[in-house]
Amino acid sequence: MPWDRNQMAARAAQELEDGMYVNLGIGIPTLVANYVGDKDITLQSENGMLGMGPFPFEGEEDPDLINAGKQTITELSRTSYFDSATSFGMIRGGKIAAAVLGAMEVDEEGDLANWMIPGVLVKGMGGAMDLVAGVGRVIVVMDHTNKHGKSKLLKKCTLPLTGKKVVNRIITNLGVLDVADGGLKIVETAEGVTEDEIRSATEATIVN
Amino acid sequence: MKKVYANATDALDGVLSDGMLIAAGGFGLCGIPELLLEAIKESGAKDLTFASNNAGVDDFGIGILLQTKQVKKMISSYVGENAEFMRQYLAGELELEFNPQGTLAERMRAGGAGIPGFYTKTGVGTVIAEGKEHKDFNGETYIMEEGIFADLAIVKAWKADDTGNLIFRKTARNFNVPAATCGKVCVAEVEEIVPRGSLDPDAIHLPGIYVHRIIQGSHEKRIEQRTTRKKEDA
Repeated sequence: MPWDRNQMAARAAQELEDGMYVNLGIGIPTLVANYVGDKDITLQSENGMLGMGPFPFEGEEDPDLINAGKQTITELSRTSYFDSATSFGMIRGGKIAAAVLGAMEVDEEGDLANWMIPGVLVKGMGGAMDLVAGVGRVIVVMDHTNKHGKSKLLKKCTLPLTGKKVVNRIITNLGVLDVADGGLKIVETAEGVTEDEIRSATEATIVN
Repeated sequence: MKKVYANATDALDGVLSDGMLIAAGGFGLCGIPELLLEAIKESGAKDLTFASNNAGVDDFGIGILLQTKQVKKMISSYVGENAEFMRQYLAGELELEFNPQGTLAERMRAGGAGIPGFYTKTGVGTVIAEGKEHKDFNGETYIMEEGIFADLAIVKAWKADDTGNLIFRKTARNFNVPAATCGKVCVAEVEEIVPRGSLDPDAIHLPGIYVHRIIQGSHEKRIEQRTTRKKEDA
């Protein structure tokens, strides 16, 4: 059985180590926060906060306290606030250990496309280009194939890039792959999924 | 020098002109200078370029200036929440320069710090790098980005004293600090102007040297995405 959204998020949470400062993207990456367990993880929100807490209780929303997805959130006892230039200073400066991000396409060189589909309404890259250029480790969480069954793990990205040679690890509904010399390397398969199934769902070169 | 003005219209008197570059603080609808934007709308100033992370929504924030077609160009990282923006952009009525969010923040910070250009890894190998100077440092490639020197900065803070020292609240600080510093003139709107001496000098987020005019007003502070959890989930 391929992993569902929550299982992918839970698997991504295993990538995070005690003491890490981490940035989680929008979508499935946001769910990763639910699975960090007892690990001491500090979440960064690039609009200017370290130590992001859960959603507020109804009636306790604060318009001055939002995350990068513009959702109302809460602070923790460890929380600090800062301006956007400082926030991206710590991102670009390599202080954030890892980012977990969604993707439209990833290729065997580690190129990532997740901000723009030509001909479709362009919303902007937000902080994604800064994150992939700056953080210590980029972990992508995505479906292995699109709704037509075509691989999203490609030999070469076709969409405009967010970053070149930036992805370290890819967690899909079928398993976990690393960007390695010469292609992608299968690290793990979802329970009941075979390596052959991953190979046939992957356009990118698979290396041993 | 007196920095406190009666209202947003008075505070902008003599500093607005058609075709000017305005740096605006805020992230989404959080910490945006909503009163000053309303006053710019009333002024009728046109052909404006805004350096602002976002473009507001249709009826709030910079969105209200799009409705009246006072904006010629946006320099932003994300404009997804604004239907009128998209309509004008696709119709060729509005110019758009996408900047990665951190590059935009640093361009403002650099402008305010007298730095005309800097090198960054962000965007190397993407469309953002096209036409920009590339330079290698220690075996890694960087691109040059330019500082933003705005004619006017408009920002929103929580508290000010009458000398312009500002304190922001939670994530409403965001782009307000770098935007304020990169303007030739900076006008700040705050929720409360407090007596001189009542702000802790160690806790000032933006020193008054960067702030030329201040107004106090009441703010709507609209929430863009109201997300909550139930008490029983806790």
